[in-house]
Amino acid sequence: MSKEAWQDLPIGGLILEGGTATKYITGDWRSLRPIWDEEKCISCLNCWIYCPDSSVLVEDEKMIGIDYDHCKGCGICAKECPPKVQAIKMVSEAEFRK
Amino acid sequence: MRVAKTGNEAMAEAMRQINPDVVAAYPITPATEIVQIFSGFVADGVVNTEFVAVESEHSAMSACIGSCAAGARTMTSTSSQGLALMWEMLYIASGLRMPIVLAEVNRALSSPINIHCDHSDTMGARDCGWIQIYCENAQEAYDSLIQAVRIAEESLLPIMVSTDGFIISHGMESMEMLEDAQVKAFVGEYKPQHPLLDLDHPITIGAIDFTDYYFEHKRQTIEAMRNAKGIVAKIGQEFGEKFGRHYGFFEEYKLEDAEIAIVVLGSTAGTSKVVVDELRQKGIKAGLLRLRLFRPFPYQELANALSGIPCIAVMDRSDSLNSAGGPVFTEIRSALYDLEIRPKMVNYIYGLGGRNIDLSQIRSVYEDLATNKTDELVRYLGVRE
Amino acid sequence: MGKLFEIRWHGRGGQGAKTASILFADAAIGEGKYIQAFPEYGPERMGAPVQAFNRLSDEPITLHCGVDSPDVVVVLDPSLMETIDVTQGLKQSGVLLINTNQEPKVMKDRLSNFGGKLWTVDASTISKEELGQEIPNTPMLGALIKATNLLDFEGMLEDTRKKLTKKFKSKPEVIDGNINSIKRAYQEVKGE
Repeated sequence: MSKEAWQDLPIGGLILEGGTATKYITGDWRSLRPIWDEEKCISCLNCWIYCPDSSVLVEDEKMIGIDYDHCKGCGICAKECPPKVQAIKMVSEAEFRK
Repeated sequence: MRVAKTGNEAMAEAMRQINPDVVAAYPITPATEIVQIFSGFVADGVVNTEFVAVESEHSAMSACIGSCAAGARTMTSTSSQGLALMWEMLYIASGLRMPIVLAEVNRALSSPINIHCDHSDTMGARDCGWIQIYCENAQEAYDSLIQAVRIAEESLLPIMVSTDGFIISHGMESMEMLEDAQVKAFVGEYKPQHPLLDLDHPITIGAIDFTDYYFEHKRQTIEAMRNAKGIVAKIGQEFGEKFGRHYGFFEEYKLEDAEIAIVVLGSTAGTSKVVVDELRQKGIKAGLLRLRLFRPFPYQELANALSGIPCIAVMDRSDSLNSAGGPVFTEIRSALYDLEIRPKMVNYIYGLGGRNIDLSQIRSVYEDLATNKTDELVRYLGVRE
Repeated sequence: MGKLFEIRWHGRGGQGAKTASILFADAAIGEGKYIQAFPEYGPERMGAPVQAFNRLSDEPITLHCGVDSPDVVVVLDPSLMETIDVTQGLKQSGVLLINTNQEPKVMKDRLSNFGGKLWTVDASTISKEELGQEIPNTPMLGALIKATNLLDFEGMLEDTRKKLTKKFKSKPEVIDGNINSIKRAYQEVKGE
């Protein structure tokens, strides 16, 4: 993508809309992929609380999946998932793509 | 209405009439009175300003940037070490294009510690993206501060208006004040383009620029500074048409047919005019150019005004400590480089730390010019040697 | 009055030399004069010798340097004359006004190399009697006008009364005391 000339940019380094972080796809930084098992999940939302990238998707107080466009694969969700539940497993992206 | 005011009173009165939304400031000699008098106005309820008493000048400028970003018309005041402590925030104010207005009082920078006038404080801040106006007297300080609000808001650049410490800041002089309503109408209402508090249009201010954007944003600020020249001229003219006192980039005093001339900033220009008059009476074609707008630097206009004068002395009330003279000198010399016939030029460093600059010293400069004593690049006026 | 008139005030820190220069300038501006009033700023403290200056003109004043050769010197505290040459730079045709209970002749003998006109007034006693405290700067204004004819006395009195009325609404005795002390100094000052 070609970038704007100085004449075409908002002045002062302003960004004139909110929530532009969602446009920045960080999912491709990931080497480990969280795999969520809907069957096992009890929607305690520990993962949602701890996820540093707001990548745990929730609807009506229930977990519904993972935002892979922004998940960087840190694994905190899997770590925080209660040991008796273990609804999230980290697998290598290379393994997953095979 | 003719009144007697010190430079500080004049600036505080201008601030009262401007009635800014926010003033965040920390007092420092010799600018203390500006903030002190103004905080009295706040306490008495004669202005609607939110006055933020901060714990340092760094915080003062930071608070100004915050309030300006929020969409408030914002002013502050400082001097010398205070301006130096604002350093990193000065650049952030201009980079974020915050139209902050600063009432500055020129005072020498330490060390040695000193409270009196020279221009080392604002000259040190000359490359931080602020518009700079140097005033000759209380009248001009008052008029310029009122214009500064408009200049800043139209150019979207911060601006500092300065007076010579003690000489102007604490000297009481005759001056004309405008009616409150006239000032209110002149400065108008501030309509910020992208206020942070506009919740319907969320924005991000101060995001990081990597190698791919920083240059473009700096290029914009460079362009804004170029455009500011036209804005200063336009608003100076409008002020003149409305109130009878005209202001441009500089003042030419008997310069038209001058054979010897000095370039000088601030209060010393007034003293020099008396010498020019004396010399003119003796038939000596002496002239004076008082530079008012130092940032942006009106180099083409200066070259036009000074072209044809064979011998020019540039007076600097600060030294660049670069072993080649003062900042006004090096820039004026550069501005005249493209003239067909370049003048003889000499630099006089004078008045550091408030050293009195009197008629005899200024006479001696003209005498040097008249006798072609221009072999030395930089000379020091009034220092014991 | 000539094109430019310069005054130097000598006092001690706290005696009101700066205030006197401001009051005088304020009165002069009431008569349509252009003025300057500025003190000499240094490491001054209570009791240390200080100076303040005035410039007066019928035309705008552009000078912004110190006053080297004043037309008038006013001395608020005669004890300063032990250590300071108050006539330094004073024009030979100039005026020297001193707050002292001595006759002008006595002071003139002490300043044998000063050839101008010397005036004395006991402003300290006047202010003690009229204001109940020693603030000689206000009465000195009256004496200065008598000695120099720079301003119209009645006009200045009226102007000062207006300003004091604004400032001391609840203390009419301060207003009258000041006005009386200015009047007395105007009447009692003697020149030689």
